[in-house]
Amino acid sequence: MAIVRYPRLYDYSNPFQELERMRREMDRVFTGLMGEGGHRMSSGVYPAVNIYEGGESFFVEAELPGIRSEDLDIAVEGNTLTLRGQRKGDEEESVSYHRRERMPGTFHKAVTLPSDVDSEKVTAQSRNGVLRLVLPKAAHAKPRKITVKTE
Amino acid sequence: MTDKDLQVQEKKEVQTPSESTRNVPLFIPAVDIYEKENALVLLADMPGVPMENVEIDLNKDQLTIRGMVAAEETEGTVLLREYAVGDYYRQFTLSNVIDQSKIEASMKDGVLKLVLPKSEAAKPRKITVQAA
Repeated sequence: MAIVRYPRLYDYSNPFQELERMRREMDRVFTGLMGEGGHRMSSGVYPAVNIYEGGESFFVEAELPGIRSEDLDIAVEGNTLTLRGQRKGDEEESVSYHRRERMPGTFHKAVTLPSDVDSEKVTAQSRNGVLRLVLPKAAHAKPRKITVKTE
Repeated sequence: MTDKDLQVQEKKEVQTPSESTRNVPLFIPAVDIYEKENALVLLADMPGVPMENVEIDLNKDQLTIRGMVAAEETEGTVLLREYAVGDYYRQFTLSNVIDQSKIEASMKDGVLKLVLPKSEAAKPRKITVQAA
């Protein structure tokens, strides 16, 4: 038998695997069609984040209304950013609710960035309930400029 | 209750009859409304909206909240976009009679808090039974 470089896509011993693969493919097609510019795919883990990449750093933004900065725990290790925290409910007791859409609770989210970041230089600021993180890339992950010498 | 994991709530866009002049989406903020003995308190999640960009309008018993998001451009290319940024708009019809002159509004961590005091006529009256 010839040497196959890539593993077989279809495993005859498990027909459901192929169905599962097709379902994932369809999901990807539809999120690409309906999302804004194909970038819209939610991990479904609170909080929703927007991630941008600049030349020197990554920028992560998250909407965290009603979460005090002291109830928020941010950690960076290698290329993984972890956001952990708690949204506390209003402390007022013995009131009757007409509407309750803002739920209290805890969250724990891990975000994997495309390259390592310099955890010492990460800065975070929170304004009007929006958290903004600047994560400078680690020295070995920064783009290197190569100049062409002419002889 | 507090130990529950928070769920991502997809922001819902407002379907308004009139179009907004600003070229940003318009979302319905999540709110809590609760009633105290002498006031109605409304909390609305409006992340990204500074206090000076909030408009509160009470016309008879129609309460309108509008929050304009402060535009902050982030440099770089988008790697992941899990939420969209936009303004907030929501209208309520209040059943209780509100004292319009005493409405207090405050904003903290992107949450608008409105305290709407009930007018004298709408406050619950305690009736004491007097022994004859």
